[in-house]
Amino acid sequence: MPESFILIPGRTSRQGTTLSEGKSTAGYIEEISTLQMAAEDMQRLELEDGDLVRVYNDVGEITVPCKAARGDELPPGLLFISYGDQSSRLMGGDTHGSGMPDSKGLDVFLEPATAPATAPTAAPTAAPTAAPTAPTSSESPE
Amino acid sequence: MSSLRITGGTIYDPANGVDGELGDIWIVDGCVVESPSEEGVKADRTLDATGLVVMPGGVDMHCHIAGPKVNTARKMIPEDKRTADPVVRTRLTRSGTVGSVPSTFATGYLYAGMGYTTAMDAAVPPLGARHAHEELEDTPIIDKGFYVLMGNNHYVMKQLAADEPGLLKAYIAWLLHSTKGFAAKLVNPGGVEIWKSGGGNARGIDDTVEHFGVTPRQIIRGVAAAVDELGLPHPVHIHCNNLGMPGNHATTMETMTSLEGHRAHITHIQFHSYDGDPDDQSTFGSRVSELAEYVNTHDNLTVDVGQVMFGRTTSMTGDGPLGYFLHQVTGRKWFSGDIEMEAGCGIVPIVYKQKSLVHSLQWAIGLEWYLLVDDPWRIAMSTDHPNGGSFLAYPEIISLLMDRELRREVLAGAPRAVADRCTLKELDREYSLYEIAIITRAGPARMLGLSHKGHLGPGADGDVTMYSPDDDIQRMFELPRYVVSRGEVVVDDAQIVQDTRGRTLHVAPDFDLDAVDDIQAWFESTYSIQFRNYPVGDHYLLDPLVVPTS
Amino acid sequence: MSTPEPSNTAAPAAPASSSESSSELRVIEDATCTFCGCVCDDMVLTVEGNRITKAKNACVLGKAWFFNHHIEDRPEALIDGEPAGYDAAMDRAAEILLSAKFPLTYGLSDTTSEAQRVAVAITDWIGGIIDTTTSVCHGPSGIAFQGVGEVTCSLGEVKNRADYVIFWGGNPAESHPRHFTKYSLMPKGEFVPRGRKDRTAVLIDVRKTKSAKAVDHFLQVKPRRDFELAWALRALARGLELDESIEETTGIKLEKLHEIMDGMKRAKFGVILFGMGVTMTRGKHLNSEAILALARDMNQHTRWNAKPMRGHGNVTGADNVVTWSTGFPFGVHLGSGFPRFNPGEFTASDVLARGEADAALIIASDPMSNFSQPARDHLASIPSVVLDPKLSDTARTAAVAFTVSTYGINTGGTVYRMDDIPIPLRPAFESPFKSDLEILRGIESRIRQIQLADVSLDKSDETSADVA
Repeated sequence: MPESFILIPGRTSRQGTTLSEGKSTAGYIEEISTLQMAAEDMQRLELEDGDLVRVYNDVGEITVPCKAARGDELPPGLLFISYGDQSSRLMGGDTHGSGMPDSKGLDVFLEPATAPATAPTAAPTAAPTAAPTAPTSSESPE
Repeated sequence: MSSLRITGGTIYDPANGVDGELGDIWIVDGCVVESPSEEGVKADRTLDATGLVVMPGGVDMHCHIAGPKVNTARKMIPEDKRTADPVVRTRLTRSGTVGSVPSTFATGYLYAGMGYTTAMDAAVPPLGARHAHEELEDTPIIDKGFYVLMGNNHYVMKQLAADEPGLLKAYIAWLLHSTKGFAAKLVNPGGVEIWKSGGGNARGIDDTVEHFGVTPRQIIRGVAAAVDELGLPHPVHIHCNNLGMPGNHATTMETMTSLEGHRAHITHIQFHSYDGDPDDQSTFGSRVSELAEYVNTHDNLTVDVGQVMFGRTTSMTGDGPLGYFLHQVTGRKWFSGDIEMEAGCGIVPIVYKQKSLVHSLQWAIGLEWYLLVDDPWRIAMSTDHPNGGSFLAYPEIISLLMDRELRREVLAGAPRAVADRCTLKELDREYSLYEIAIITRAGPARMLGLSHKGHLGPGADGDVTMYSPDDDIQRMFELPRYVVSRGEVVVDDAQIVQDTRGRTLHVAPDFDLDAVDDIQAWFESTYSIQFRNYPVGDHYLLDPLVVPTS
Repeated sequence: MSTPEPSNTAAPAAPASSSESSSELRVIEDATCTFCGCVCDDMVLTVEGNRITKAKNACVLGKAWFFNHHIEDRPEALIDGEPAGYDAAMDRAAEILLSAKFPLTYGLSDTTSEAQRVAVAITDWIGGIIDTTTSVCHGPSGIAFQGVGEVTCSLGEVKNRADYVIFWGGNPAESHPRHFTKYSLMPKGEFVPRGRKDRTAVLIDVRKTKSAKAVDHFLQVKPRRDFELAWALRALARGLELDESIEETTGIKLEKLHEIMDGMKRAKFGVILFGMGVTMTRGKHLNSEAILALARDMNQHTRWNAKPMRGHGNVTGADNVVTWSTGFPFGVHLGSGFPRFNPGEFTASDVLARGEADAALIIASDPMSNFSQPARDHLASIPSVVLDPKLSDTARTAAVAFTVSTYGINTGGTVYRMDDIPIPLRPAFESPFKSDLEILRGIESRIRQIQLADVSLDKSDETSADVA
């Protein structure tokens, strides 16, 4: 039975550092794909760290692993995920005349997932035919 | 070597005593030269100015056209632009918006279109100097520069309190050097610091700025003396305390007397000439007569008017508390920006209405100034653009100065009490073209100490404006037939035909290197950026001109 | 008639040394980090050959920035995914942009003001739309500012004067790590000589983040109730009565609100520093407006200020450049031959999501990874010209992708800190790749050459009054 939540996408320190390392690095992908939940909510839904959950609204859906938020950081009923490709899939195109899409405080539904996790990047349908010749920078910092 | 000859025009060149004489002007490589004595010498290009009035290019010595404050005003008031004609992109020129705070490209084109070839921004905080230079580089055609805010500068106040005139002088020189600015500017000296530290204001020049223990009088006198010692081309440029308040004539008089003979330029003096009681707006009146009399008899002083014109405009000023006051009075949206160690800022949209007693008096007071100062060399035209009105209103002001009936017509449309509270109705004086040429080009150039501007003698920059005489004086001055900037025809029949880059004028006075250690120590303990990142590098100015100190 | 020069900008300072192959050690002092809006200019970079090996004073975000922008072994440009040289790529880019009917220029927050100026010039010449990342960051605050104004100050004023600091809708501990120590909480200032001890700090947010540890009062506002909370505080500032139900609405007890307001009124110099929690959530510009109005209203009692916390290193520069060039800060349409402004109509998210743009010029930004799905789908379907030091998702879908050098690391120029203070860059090591400025100038000059050649008659530059 899906439950309704409010999703807050936002910045984190790790999202900021891995951003510089590269958006195709494992660190960045993990950071923007991990959904934080209040421990209380996870307990009720019988979820453990790493379990996949399906999060959806009228715009799109993602399937991502969940993780308990630190301490009392997240109140029950709220979800947090680092900004990125995954959170963008739940963001609609309508900006209500403001230029700014609804990017925080999104109404979503959540349920434990049965399908596998969503692919790390929204591969566009009109991708160029030739792959780039060298890998992107993915060195870790000193 | 490229040469331009302007032939057959009726020349008004007051700096060289030329009052409506037929003659030729020769410009070679951007500079005016002696007309060749031999017959048959041909210029690369010749403009036939037969029947045209020929003047040096206009010089606006007080306007707000570049830098953080101006740009904030642009951002804040989009509605201002929607009802104004935009500047449409052409094959050669960029687009822009107008209203009371035009975008940078529009600013350059509009000034040039009106026959102005030099304009000086009146107030830039040193921390924003880099920004002002970037904007000026995107302001085409005109030569330009800016004055640097110093009247609420913490280091200035500290040295005054410590009685260290040597350090003060070194700092002012170093600051102008570092910002590539042109002159020292005081805005509500001491008053902005009072506003920042608690929300009040200076009410008189002997109020104490707490924490520093100095008075506006000390700031005024100290900086004026330092500027004179440094031999800067333009004297200290002062926006007096108590701008806009009824009864502020007293503060203005005190400011002028406090100078004790040092040179000074009192700016937008219209806003500082009021009679009355600050707590009773209905007592508002004019005290221009006695202030003008003082200016007439003290030649260490020059002024610009700060004319108010009816209509919608924007007040923008380094006078932070003034912005708050205008917000409270008008209820309009308000920007205030305090800048560490240096300055403040206030922006409020404003409308001047002919049916308002106060606004009409302000309009009349501005005109009184032009008509009561005897020597046109010591009074410059300005609207304190955009505070009193746009620079685009200059042609209208010229028509009011040249035609007393026109002024009386406008006065007749104002509240009756206006005529009782000022002398405008009785003033018959009408400006001649010669005198107009003084207050719009020759005089301001001289006040700025720019020996190559504002005249058409050999050595001058080849900046020339040619007008088609017209009984409608406003129209005549709004649409020059040709405008030449450094020997290049930039405007032809209301079209910008060349998008040139003007020069940035600045001073680079010597300073005592030993003083820099003290400045650096203070800087490093108070500012939020690195000392080495403060001065503006040479590459920001693509075509600079250093104006020497004397 | 002389052709106008393609650009108004001179090349800013080049990096100190030019030997890429030598592994000599250099130290660059007073270097500027551009990762976030703090724009810290006190970096001390140790450079070995063409790598930064130490970044003293940098926070964790800054270090990651400096350590991860190497010279990559990639082609200088890609045309339809195939390696190409810069010249061919600039030719193709000019072609794409000139043949578009509704081109969009977007991004600009991670490049210099010198490059931004050329981007605006290009957009003006081709009659496109120019929008910057502001529209999805503090655009709403910009809109609010146009409504009520703003009472604000530079960060040095916060450091020297602020004795009451409110962080609203942001998590500076993670997004602007040095803000507390450099500007807003810890520093000892002229008028706050004891630093943190002289300050009261408040955090207002829906989550109890790391930043909550740094403050004296944490107000956990209910999600999407920032508007109501700001108005409640405005009411208290005016001396109006509120009833207890405000707790149900906002999540904050009335008593607590009174306590905060009393503190705010007794402050000498207060500041509200607000972030995306305010602009991105229900209400958007109405939230920003309420906060700006609150700070303004407080000036009846004492000195108060509000400051948006800007995210990227030069998004403030983008606002400034677009404004001085066009008169409007973002979402500017130049297609009619003059600037028009309308958020929602001419902003990138909308122009893409509604499928209106038919070409794009994207500079220093990666909308393919953070825009809405409909916007991303459309962007992938139109030809785009992309400038990025890395092969981002946006560069991958580009018709023409330029590999460019990184500002502040390889190239100099000017950036504007979140409080509008302009700061120069001190690059660390050279890059074989061209800068944004060089590429944009190259594209601009090609566009201008084509446009100016498109005149059938050779016009004389003499006027009708010219005499032989």
